[in-house]
Amino acid sequence: MTWVWEHLGDIGGYAVSHALLAGIPLVVGLLLALPLGWVARRYPPIASVVVGGSSLLYTIPSLALFILMPLVLGSKILDAINVYVAMTIYTVALLVRTVADALGAVPDATRQAATAMGYRGFGRLVAVDLPLAVPVLAAGLRVAAVSNVSIVSVASLIGYPQLGYYLTDGYQRSFPLEIGVGIVGCLLLALLFDGAIRAGEWALTPWARAGR
Amino acid sequence: MLASIWAWLIAPEQWSGSRGIPNRVLEHLGYSALALAIGAAIAVPLGLWVGHSGRAQWIVTATNAARAVPSLGLLFAVAMFVGPRISSDLAYVIPSLVVLVLLAIPPLVSGAYAGVRAVDPAVRDAAYGMGMRPREVLWQVEVPCALPLVLSGARAATLQVIATATIAAAVSLGGLGRYLIDGLAVRDYPQMAGGAVVVASLALAVDLGWALLTRYAVSPGLTGRSRPVRGGKQPPVRGVGRHEAPATSSRVLPTGSEST
Repeated sequence: MTWVWEHLGDIGGYAVSHALLAGIPLVVGLLLALPLGWVARRYPPIASVVVGGSSLLYTIPSLALFILMPLVLGSKILDAINVYVAMTIYTVALLVRTVADALGAVPDATRQAATAMGYRGFGRLVAVDLPLAVPVLAAGLRVAAVSNVSIVSVASLIGYPQLGYYLTDGYQRSFPLEIGVGIVGCLLLALLFDGAIRAGEWALTPWARAGR
Repeated sequence: MLASIWAWLIAPEQWSGSRGIPNRVLEHLGYSALALAIGAAIAVPLGLWVGHSGRAQWIVTATNAARAVPSLGLLFAVAMFVGPRISSDLAYVIPSLVVLVLLAIPPLVSGAYAGVRAVDPAVRDAAYGMGMRPREVLWQVEVPCALPLVLSGARAATLQVIATATIAAAVSLGGLGRYLIDGLAVRDYPQMAGGAVVVASLALAVDLGWALLTRYAVSPGLTGRSRPVRGGKQPPVRGVGRHEAPATSSRVLPTGSEST
């Protein structure tokens, strides 16, 4: 365990970069998925293209996507932008369907009541549909967050520094404790993301606990 | 850059021998299929049983929570502990296979479980009312109705397994990941990118195969309602519809339950 204490500073640093590599794409991905999911929901003929296309992107294995990113972006192979963009692609791929489902789950009666009260167009979307879609959105976000934290560690094979470094380094040095640190670190981080999203959901849906 | 990748892809040495693309594709598919078969043999009966009996639901929760373990970490941990205990050529294959099986299990369990749980209770009651025994209800009613979600779980598991089999080249497994890992070791970008293109194409092709299989394997009585009805109101994306349990739906799988 002394190894852990000696390296606590490094572990913290890697945990922060891991959190950024997983977290920033989560936010950007959500912001991109919202309009895409809305389009898929609003215009049925486009839905299968948008949802199907994004799920095709999700099928590309992570290591392959990281390696192919420089081709698409013209970046250097060791540039962190590759990981950010690749993770954003995965997040969007997971969330487009979630957004479409979440908007679809808003009860029709509520929507009609809002329209009758004078809400229309974008205003109704922001003030009525989106808040009601939060529980489904949060569930999708939690899945995406856990998946992101796990996938980001794969980037250590190419050499981007984050918690995955302890996995590859530990394996190369046959040092189980180091692998343990990497795994536990990823699990804790996933738990942290999960908790943060739950907290956000709780804060955004006051009506869900009003009846209890 | 593109030209050098293309040159790598069409070079004759890539198309013959044990290091050639055809052989690597077969290796990759072989490991993945084996892992999926073993995983399905364990996970599908388990998921069906938990869904049918309603007992031991913690199994589903536990397998879902286990997905948070990073696959790379699992791979290295298992390779380090299992590898040295096997003294044959299989020392490289078995640890990776164990990990692939472990990763295939959660989506398969939750697919089978959610599928059975989401069967319309009225349908189940009707089956009992007709005098069917529990075993008959399971095999003749619940399993066919659960098939779309069982297959979508299998599809998600396949994606996971193919992606992880690629990473498993880092612990000396064969397959297409070799190009990515070996290319990285000698800083040969065309080889890495060429390998990445091949493995991405393979994953897409296999996923398409699952989509087609789902389309033809699922009872028309179930898929019929996803056909657009003339004049009827058709929700654009019915990701989940009636046959998916809300609690697990978002965890069942990324690619969705339908052949989109």
